[in-house]
Amino acid sequence: MAEPRKIRMTVNGQAREGWAEPRRLLADFLREDLGLTGTHIGCEHGICGACTVLLNGEAARSCLMLAVQADGAELMTIEGLARGGVLHPLQEAFWEHHGLQCGFCTPGMLMAAYDFLRVNPDPTEEEIREALSAVLCRCTGYQGIVRAVKAAADRMRSAP
Amino acid sequence: MKPPPFDYYAPASAAEALELLGRYGADARLLAGGQSLVPLLNFRLSAPAVIIDLNRATDLAYIKEETGRVRLGAMTRQRAIEFSPLVKSRLPLLAEATRWVGHLPTRTRGTVGGSLAHSDPAAEYPAVATALDAELVVRGPAGERVVPAAEFFLGLMTTALQPGEMLVEVRLPALASNSGWAFEEFSRRHGDFAIVGIAAMVTTERDRCRSARLAACGAGPVAVRLRGAEEILEQGGLGDLNINAAAARAAELVDPSADLHASVEYRRHLVHVLTRRALKRALERARGGGAAPLRS
Amino acid sequence: MAKWVGQPLKRVEDPRLLTGRGVFVADLPLKDPYAAAILRSPHAHARIRSIDASAALAARGVAGVITGADALAHTQPFAVGVQAPVKYYCLATDKARFVGEPVAVVIARDRYLAEDALELIQVEYEPLPAVVDPEDALKPGAPILHEAAGSNQACHREIVYGDVEGAFAAAAVVIRERFRFPKYSSTPIETYGVVAAYDAASGVLTITSNFMGPFILHALVARALGLAENRLRFVVPPEIGGSFGIKTSIFPYLAVMGLAAMRTGVTVRWIEDRREHLLASSSGVDRVAYRELAARDDGTILAMRTRWYDNVGGYVRSPEPGCTFRPVGNWVGPYRFANLAADAHVVLTNKSLTGPNRGYACGHLYFEIERMVDLLAQRLGMDPAEVRRRNFIQPGQFPYRTPSGGLYDSGDYPAAFERALEAAGYDKLLEEQKRARAAGRLYGVGLAVAVDPSVSNMGYITIALDPAVRARPEYLPKSGAIESATVKIDPLGKVTAILGTAPQGQGHQTIVAQIIADELGLAPGDITVVDEMDTFTRVWGISSGTYSSRFGSVGTSAAALAARKLKDKLVRLACALTEAPAESLVFADGRVMPRGGGSRGLTLKELAGRAHWNTQALPPGMEPALEATAVFGFPLADSPDAQDRVNSSNTYGFIAEVMAVEVDPETAEIKILRYVTVHDAGVIINPLIAEGQIAGGALHGLGGALWEELAYDSEGQFLSGSFIDYLVPSASQAPVIEVEHLATPSPFTTLGAKGLGEASSMTAPAAVANAVSDALAPLGIAITELPITPSRLWHLLDAARRRPR
Repeated sequence: MAEPRKIRMTVNGQAREGWAEPRRLLADFLREDLGLTGTHIGCEHGICGACTVLLNGEAARSCLMLAVQADGAELMTIEGLARGGVLHPLQEAFWEHHGLQCGFCTPGMLMAAYDFLRVNPDPTEEEIREALSAVLCRCTGYQGIVRAVKAAADRMRSAP
Repeated sequence: MKPPPFDYYAPASAAEALELLGRYGADARLLAGGQSLVPLLNFRLSAPAVIIDLNRATDLAYIKEETGRVRLGAMTRQRAIEFSPLVKSRLPLLAEATRWVGHLPTRTRGTVGGSLAHSDPAAEYPAVATALDAELVVRGPAGERVVPAAEFFLGLMTTALQPGEMLVEVRLPALASNSGWAFEEFSRRHGDFAIVGIAAMVTTERDRCRSARLAACGAGPVAVRLRGAEEILEQGGLGDLNINAAAARAAELVDPSADLHASVEYRRHLVHVLTRRALKRALERARGGGAAPLRS
Repeated sequence: MAKWVGQPLKRVEDPRLLTGRGVFVADLPLKDPYAAAILRSPHAHARIRSIDASAALAARGVAGVITGADALAHTQPFAVGVQAPVKYYCLATDKARFVGEPVAVVIARDRYLAEDALELIQVEYEPLPAVVDPEDALKPGAPILHEAAGSNQACHREIVYGDVEGAFAAAAVVIRERFRFPKYSSTPIETYGVVAAYDAASGVLTITSNFMGPFILHALVARALGLAENRLRFVVPPEIGGSFGIKTSIFPYLAVMGLAAMRTGVTVRWIEDRREHLLASSSGVDRVAYRELAARDDGTILAMRTRWYDNVGGYVRSPEPGCTFRPVGNWVGPYRFANLAADAHVVLTNKSLTGPNRGYACGHLYFEIERMVDLLAQRLGMDPAEVRRRNFIQPGQFPYRTPSGGLYDSGDYPAAFERALEAAGYDKLLEEQKRARAAGRLYGVGLAVAVDPSVSNMGYITIALDPAVRARPEYLPKSGAIESATVKIDPLGKVTAILGTAPQGQGHQTIVAQIIADELGLAPGDITVVDEMDTFTRVWGISSGTYSSRFGSVGTSAAALAARKLKDKLVRLACALTEAPAESLVFADGRVMPRGGGSRGLTLKELAGRAHWNTQALPPGMEPALEATAVFGFPLADSPDAQDRVNSSNTYGFIAEVMAVEVDPETAEIKILRYVTVHDAGVIINPLIAEGQIAGGALHGLGGALWEELAYDSEGQFLSGSFIDYLVPSASQAPVIEVEHLATPSPFTTLGAKGLGEASSMTAPAAVANAVSDALAPLGIAITELPITPSRLWHLLDAARRRPR
């Protein structure tokens, strides 16, 4: 039963499949088997959050899941955030407010922020900081990121 | 940091899981939310021959209210607990403690049963279960047994679970009237395991303290019930002086160890400070000041 | 003139990074790659008796195993910048000298299989006593790491500038203190990554990695592997996921993975994992410092003396001992005192190796200096702001030559300092403190000022050598700091700029587009900037790279100069085409036109088309093609003189900070209430990027001061092997950082810009230590050790409360 098995999932709206040993981490499966290298690996023990993806609509660490566990699941990765070439308001806000420098934590940061704004569309700065503490960034001091999430929340609330 | 090889099964029910557990015994490990076990696999600090993944055992994920208590399936996600209106109204101490368990993306996967069965000394849920005299429902080859929290957490990451057994449910008493609660925690960063955490529940009867429930995490090899401190309150009431006396007593009841982040003395001191803070906030709530801030 | 420089332009880099299309080293598509995994020593100090890799070699998917025997047989030890005979190979050969030291490498089909095979390697170790404290390591009887060296002292220099003895003898006040600065890193979220492929036919080894320079380390790797430098190709992928200096120290892995590729013949890919990164990548040194300050009773500082024990771990890895000497030119900080003595010990212990970490040694330096200034103020009962005012180098003194040879290019320290006090409302904060203290609260205000050096002069490192060694005829002096850029104009008048840098998030593409847009009268969108380093195709020098806050100063200068060369050429071309006399035409607003106007002239596009399509029309002697390369080199980067004076950096900014904190008297938790920072980094090219650098640097400094430590027990076992124990600050710890600028343009750079990439990382530890000390002054507590953890601080509070008052 340690043999590779077929795994099917929907990623960013597309049906995808591949083969993986049970021990293969979801993060590796996404990156290496499906070629979705936008999801980054930063610690492989669930603290840095760079590998955060949306699993059935909710943010989760892809380094703490086996690919086989996502068989049948619906995933969204950073590659699926912009639709039809149009940036999501979070992406726009990160760009506008210099919410990224090296960009390595950015995919996880955006996925976590996306989930957070769905459960809390009108957060205070303190709530934003608490939510973003799920993802570590070493470049920005979080200053631009916090501003960006606030701005995106404001914009998303006022959007029809 | 890649897991070692293992055989993998994903049973669709608790019954199937138990059967697999019976077949593989000590070679197998149960995989719940994976927020602790998968890091251990990635560090290769754990190398089970067989992983039995409970995430497809849908009969283990539920939140049900019964008279006077709430039953949570072991695979109930922390995130489900966080957003459950039932938990918010009937188990507000658990709801408050949940905010301290990791981060939203780890609570998406993390489960109540996984946290309890892992029995990390600094984890929040074992302290809540210990404070509230939770009943842990354990199923094994010989059938089901109910273990009180006081007998479940035995030592550092050790529980009363026997080989072939699994935790299937936790039962917690619903909030009684005239009660107040608080979960106080000191950690280095938001979402980290506690340096020290205190779970508190007080029930008042006019000016008296009908019952007090206190437990600490991060202050010993397992979550520890602070019975001696509870007694001070139940006997002497909830005046400031008595709360201080109970907090001081709490600090004597714990047996913390030192690590990189905190000395024995500091942890003991924090038990004192946080017990006092938790009791004051709990009392305020019991007296109807329900709008007390979540974090002081 | 400057239409784009100075604007907070959104970055060109961002769209690809925001959509998951950035290409980092781990993302590179490779043909048939193999994965490497490294077996590391579990011992702090142990003799390696034997290694049996036979079972690993026989394991599924394994292509080869490399051990110390291969390193001994096929490589040379890396060159080191000290005299002590410390042999540092890319793998442990005789002994392991720290927990995590690489002992063997497995090459397998994938990383899972490589880690499986690691478990099959049998190493017989003979554990030896270990030493981790730099003072203990110098005591008689301490375990010796490198027997050939005979002691654990890798380097010792006693340097005196001015009349230190005389100043101390004449002083009204002498302050003495001992400080400890911790070992911490920057842990970029992207770890090290290396891809090595050897082409036996051409003899070329190509190493793609997230290495960011200095490219002098290319020569070190070539020498270690016995390759000619033109057979060793370093490539840097489009993105690097942060470095903060740490990725400089990747070079031993470039050698070992190069060796593995050459031995196995396969393409080797190694992506460091987080455990490896914490165990064995790099960090700043932990330092014990004894500092003395001599002053007049009016607060005028006369002299300082310092004795340092800098812990570089198990080996000296280049560019160490830069940890000690990198700031030599600014050892006096922003102050006027002329007498300074340094007694510097560079010590080997059984800890992991050190190297540049954001602020490279300046965090250590200013923690000591600024704590001493506060202690002086306290002794004299003076306002710490006033003591600083009395000692600042004055605006009329620039360029200012420091006693240790630094040449501060420009500045107005008093003005920037007053700006910081004003922005923070210093007087109001002090009033607030009075009220807080009256209410029993622990409220403190801390100041920190610093000279912010950028663009290291390669010569500084030779201060580690005695002047007598440097005076030997066979000795090759070292000096300089250069950067290159190439600018090309295509036939339609659009521009491509090619840089010799390897940025890690600093936005070089955006910055250069802004600069060239101004120079050539274009819009930034007309310019494509290529910043992927490739040593086979780029113009580079041994000092090249993106480290030492270089780009804002040398990189921008090279880009502007290359554009100016092209402008000159376009003017000469226009003169020829229009038969106008030389000097009668000028380049302005994107076209060449008569000096003083009168005609529309020729646009850049018109000139470019003519230059490319009709080379016969070029004037005699003009080289075809519209392409210019400029190499900007600082003329003031000499090697050290016989008195150990050296201009160790090339531009010197200034930082002034005010921080207000409150300490919870029960939990000892520190809350930062205000953090104001004023910077003079000369001309600011993009304020958005500048603020990002400053805020990031500030949180790095606070990380080291409050949370982060690579901790060891007394036996050398490592205690911080995960992000659960190594505490990277998160958004909920980060304070709001209020940034202001006061610019005095550098006279030495093309655009007047200075570096600011390290900036507040060097002042934050001092600022928070001063603020916390101020908060606790009523209890008689002074912070002398970092990190200030709540547990440690509570013990200080507890002891103070128990002291009889």
